[in-house]
Amino acid sequence: MSNTDNENHKSLPIGIKSLSKSYGDVYALENVSLDIKAGEFITLLGPSGSGKTTLLMTIAGFCSPDQGSIYFGQQEMTMTPPHMRGLGMVFQNYALFPFMSVAENVGYPLRVRGMTDSDQKTKIEAALEMVQLGGYGERRIHQLSGGQKQRVALARAMVFEPKIILMDEPLSALDKKLREHMQIELKALHQKLEATIVYVTHDQREALTMSDRIAVINNGRLVQVDAPKALYDNPNDLFVADFIGESVLLQLENSIKGLTLRGKPLKMTNPQPKGGEPHCLVIRPELLVMSNSKDDSLNDLSGIVNASVYQGESVLVMVDLGENTMISVRLPANKSQSSNIIPDVGKPIYLGLHAEDVITVKGRVE
Amino acid sequence: MAAVEMVGKRKYNNLWLDFAGVCILFFLALPTFIVIPMSFSGASYLEFPPESWSFRWYESYFGSSEWMRSTRTSLLVAFLTTIIATPLGSLAAYGLTFTSARVRNVSQLIVVVPILVPVILIAIGVFHLYAKLGLNYTITGIVIAHTSLAVPFVIITVLAGLKNYDFNQELAARSLGASRPRALLTITLPQVKFSIQTGALLAFITSLDEVVVSMFVSGGENATITRRMFNSLRDQVDPTIAAISSCLIIISVSALVTVLIFNRNQSKDQI
Repeated sequence: MSNTDNENHKSLPIGIKSLSKSYGDVYALENVSLDIKAGEFITLLGPSGSGKTTLLMTIAGFCSPDQGSIYFGQQEMTMTPPHMRGLGMVFQNYALFPFMSVAENVGYPLRVRGMTDSDQKTKIEAALEMVQLGGYGERRIHQLSGGQKQRVALARAMVFEPKIILMDEPLSALDKKLREHMQIELKALHQKLEATIVYVTHDQREALTMSDRIAVINNGRLVQVDAPKALYDNPNDLFVADFIGESVLLQLENSIKGLTLRGKPLKMTNPQPKGGEPHCLVIRPELLVMSNSKDDSLNDLSGIVNASVYQGESVLVMVDLGENTMISVRLPANKSQSSNIIPDVGKPIYLGLHAEDVITVKGRVE
Repeated sequence: MAAVEMVGKRKYNNLWLDFAGVCILFFLALPTFIVIPMSFSGASYLEFPPESWSFRWYESYFGSSEWMRSTRTSLLVAFLTTIIATPLGSLAAYGLTFTSARVRNVSQLIVVVPILVPVILIAIGVFHLYAKLGLNYTITGIVIAHTSLAVPFVIITVLAGLKNYDFNQELAARSLGASRPRALLTITLPQVKFSIQTGALLAFITSLDEVVVSMFVSGGENATITRRMFNSLRDQVDPTIAAISSCLIIISVSALVTVLIFNRNQSKDQI
């Protein structure tokens, strides 16, 4: 539920203007500018050490930038200490206070704000209900499971109705099944709260599942900011193309006639890029089609089966295209498609890529 | 304290290790086992085992205004040293956890120098410095000297306690609206309380037991008990010394027991 209006009573937009931060001669953030809309769920996605956590800590006020400024709504926050910023924050390892009960943990932000005990009680109970932990107030922290701890941390970060909530890889300590469940729950919670959420993760699937927009960060620079589908379908950068999805990048030749793939002109529905710059073809395993013979209406990516890995719902087949190029294709493992019998290792496999599915990115594969 | 619990729960199957442990503990406690009986001796010289028993040396200790005055001096100095060294050392340890590993290691080395340097050198140095400053034979002088000896112990114990503490908790508290001092007091402090208490105890005992520096810089009205004991040993050897030592042992042990009991009630909530 993205609110496009500039400010409302439940959320605030965040303005990040040319932020830089370096440690020694290494840039953790290099001239990062980003406008986060009020009520938006935005994910900062990047590999470890990319600067995404530094950016989050700068928004939180724990890290002061060398240059640039941060606004919450109209108000500049660049030098405001963390406790004056009024934002909720959820940490990777929960950071619950182990010597306090669940209710005391959740009530902490209310206590420091000097709220009366009776008001606190109602708010705490409401917040615990919100994360489905009603009646858990008296429990001790060490009595809770990982998922429950995460919910307490969430309740604590939102009990005082902050307009901005920051989350630093909050689900990374949970097992896969619980993590996926919590992703859905967090998204639902976001719609109820209507607060602006800035979420940090290195897990691209998590980012694609939850976000209104994703900001991809690499080497301290903002590479691309887009909605999940746009990011997946139209990466504008080699790094994004490689980082999002299980991609393989294939170098295309750029001749006068246009882009060519393995000597043949590349069929694509999008207009061919102008100019003679090098381009890459982004091959996603799920986009390739297998056929029994060569299909000339498709871009041909046939090769020799190198290995196939059974993964339950699908089979991942590694295909050798020759010239030291290896791509992979994901084929459904259901029996109804048994006409597609996967060739044995060492046998040829006919693969094609529809013109509509062609994704190209400027650049050269190292 | 987690380590203590682990040892308690571990199943020993090595009898030799048990035996060696008991021997070492016995060896460490041996002086105590000798001093306490000697203090109840009826003879007018130090002997072990005593042939007759009496309380006369305790009477001579508690009856002497000089001994009482130096006891009060020692307790006052130890108390003041603890009051100053504990916050100082704790804050230093807190600060050190935020520095880079290199700075921390170097600082830790500098911090333990007072423990490594022979105390006599420190004593001579302090004496000469105090001679210029006019601090010899003053309570202030002894307290400052003892504080410098006690701070390293506080820093080391509190640093060890902070090692297991998750500083994200303090960040969380600050993001939730607590100022940094408030986060430190309400979130960090309760969780390193045991280390700070241990550090305070060590500071107290360091000061109470200290002889060498006290020999140089304390005296006259403000002689510490250890200094007076040393002097009295030189003049006449009587079991009053043993009685005083027994009292000092009791003070130290009861301080330790208090800290342990105090902590027992709180350790249950630690993960």
